[in-house]
Amino acid sequence: MSDHTVLPGKRMTMIEAINDALDVMMARDPMVVVLGEDVGYFGGVFRATAGLQAKYGKTRVFDTPISECGIIGVAVGMGAYGLRPVPEIQFADYIYPGLDQLVSEAARLRYRSAGEFIAPMTVRSPFGGGIFGGQTHSQSPEALFTHVAGLKTVVPSTPHDAKGLLIAAIEDNDPVIFFEPKRLYNGPFSGHYDEPAVPWARHADSFVPAGHYRVPLGQARVVREGQAVTVLAYGTMVHVAREVAERQGIDAEVIDLRTLVPLDIATIEASVNKTGRCMVLHEATRTGGFGAELAALVQERCFYALEAPVERVTGFDTPYPHSLEWAYFPGPVRIGEAFARLIAA
Amino acid sequence: MTKGNLPKLSLHVPEPPYRPGDPVDFTALAVPPAGAQPRPDETCAADETHPLCLDLVRVLGDDDRAHGPWDPKLDAATLIRMLRLMALTRAFDARMVRAQRQGKTSFYMKSTGEEATAVATALALAGDDMVFPSYRQQGLFIARGYPLVEMVNQIYSNRADKLKGRQLPIMYSARAQSVFSISGNLATQLPQAVGWAMASAIRGDSRIASTFVGEGSSAEGDFHSALTFAAVYNAPVVFNLVNNQWAISSFSGFAGAERTTFAARAIGYGIAGLRIDGNDPLAVFAAVRWAADRARANCGPTLIEHFTYRAEGHSTSDDPGQYRSAAEGAEWPLGDPIDRLMRHLIALGAWDADQQAAMDAEVDAEVRAAVRAAEVNGTLGQGLHHPFRTMFEDVFETLPWHLAEQSEQAIHERQVKWPDWSDDADVGDAR
Repeated sequence: MSDHTVLPGKRMTMIEAINDALDVMMARDPMVVVLGEDVGYFGGVFRATAGLQAKYGKTRVFDTPISECGIIGVAVGMGAYGLRPVPEIQFADYIYPGLDQLVSEAARLRYRSAGEFIAPMTVRSPFGGGIFGGQTHSQSPEALFTHVAGLKTVVPSTPHDAKGLLIAAIEDNDPVIFFEPKRLYNGPFSGHYDEPAVPWARHADSFVPAGHYRVPLGQARVVREGQAVTVLAYGTMVHVAREVAERQGIDAEVIDLRTLVPLDIATIEASVNKTGRCMVLHEATRTGGFGAELAALVQERCFYALEAPVERVTGFDTPYPHSLEWAYFPGPVRIGEAFARLIAA
Repeated sequence: MTKGNLPKLSLHVPEPPYRPGDPVDFTALAVPPAGAQPRPDETCAADETHPLCLDLVRVLGDDDRAHGPWDPKLDAATLIRMLRLMALTRAFDARMVRAQRQGKTSFYMKSTGEEATAVATALALAGDDMVFPSYRQQGLFIARGYPLVEMVNQIYSNRADKLKGRQLPIMYSARAQSVFSISGNLATQLPQAVGWAMASAIRGDSRIASTFVGEGSSAEGDFHSALTFAAVYNAPVVFNLVNNQWAISSFSGFAGAERTTFAARAIGYGIAGLRIDGNDPLAVFAAVRWAADRARANCGPTLIEHFTYRAEGHSTSDDPGQYRSAAEGAEWPLGDPIDRLMRHLIALGAWDADQQAAMDAEVDAEVRAAVRAAEVNGTLGQGLHHPFRTMFEDVFETLPWHLAEQSEQAIHERQVKWPDWSDDADVGDAR
């Protein structure tokens, strides 16, 4: 956004933007509470909650036992009371003990009680690889949640969006899974892991307006306009796709979905109907991944506009390996070859 | 396989003492005399209660009199109210099982023999304390004044069902009565109750939370997460663990009862614990009131094991004659809660057989009237269900595009099958 420089605000990393969103919401709404492992005095293992306990007190920002079932379960009860809990699950890889409370309870509480009780919680969790986290600190389990009726799933890709989407998620009256691509916490990522890291400060979307603003859930963003091929991506892969398109000189339209459920289907259809070619891209494992849903939607709705089969570019169906993490990662080679096939078709 | 002279390892698989046809012998079951248990102050250190986790708090003795320091000394009017609520619960259960057998609904679960655990708990709590029940606390809803007709509407999944026909029968929700929506996934309500209690403390409120769980589902991780959180944050919550001896066909040994009591879980978590005669309404009232006062005084959570017996099957879907001895219920040494309270009132000179018979007729008439009123709104078997379009409501606060599309598809399918169908005129029978 070109007018950023005249608005109050400043350049931030994604971590700082998330921290700012929490700060803004805690100041605005006394019902917002933050809980999770190490989020209190220490401020979180990634520093996302740094300074919040000192500012808002120990009863609004506090450490929890190491029990994801308990963290999500108490957040359901807090929501029933009227609070707006923002639990942090330290790594998405650790969310599974809390799955029953998310899938069977939070997701269906509004439905089963016909609106008598709701679960207005936002579950923040770092996800994705690229930081040598091995198979227990790198997973992208978003498809488990997009499959569940009653959950919204959000993935930001920039500091600007991270703040605006997190505020929208906290204000939302439905449970939201907010996955933060931890590879992007401190800078965008080209996909070229062997090149020097780039800080957010040099990226246009690191300008974060001061105070309260929302990026509405359910609205995708066209990150790069193009005529030749549409890329549907979210999180880390938005940056990698754009970089590959730039370097290969592909006239690709890169769409950052931002919200997986509810999905911005209108933006997807408009782009694919224009380009006639589509790549779906994610870091998560391939089989049953969210890309399969995207590919199905594109063929259902844009079949007669398609000039080529939808390309599905993903991580492999293995656990995320530690030493071979870049062999797993859907990097420039995998994406570049898919671009080539789409253009050639 | 074994090394050297080490013994071969053997796996212990618990086996209940009695199976169908077996005679029972409860002489080994420790039933201390009523009134023998000390009553510590509500603000005591948690460990002062720990001997009571291995004991059994009883008030009503074999002489039908109230004994000892746990006697809540309730007036006769309150005792009669408690008796009536338990009788109403039992009459409601009887009628609903008949309704299920008549095809008016798919499923029902009775609470026979366990009425005191729900009714006396409800009377001991403040009316606006939030309760997160399990699935066998119909007595709680009744005691809190949730209308019987609403309960029947829910059981029938009919057009007036507040929950729009979405929930299995008996999974009520009663926000106005401060009772949380019942799940069906076991023990999930425990950490939720702790979270509600934490929220109440965060906001400086004075209301506490209470919750129910069966002894069987105390094996779930949620139970242990909940007790950990409650202990860590000293949450104002009362845990009611209803040990009715049976989890469908699995006896309490499969939840650990062969090793220690369920109340003894409190010892490990360092919170207050009480093990009580769950068929003694006065003991239930006294223990819950003690724990509620303790929580309200910022002295933290209490785990209460209500030692009772599930006198009927788990639900209308199982036959207990297939897996346990019928003599168990007949010879249960702690008796029946309604019978015990009735005999106590008679011993006090506050009640007689005529009054009891009149009350039984009265509660039966009350249940019949509620059922008649509910049947006007339809039954599961004979139609009048909630309007079709409501199926897609409340998944989210607002309807996203994909659900709007699926709703259109569902309506289209109905119109293909019944060309004259419209949602407003839908009577739902066989559709």
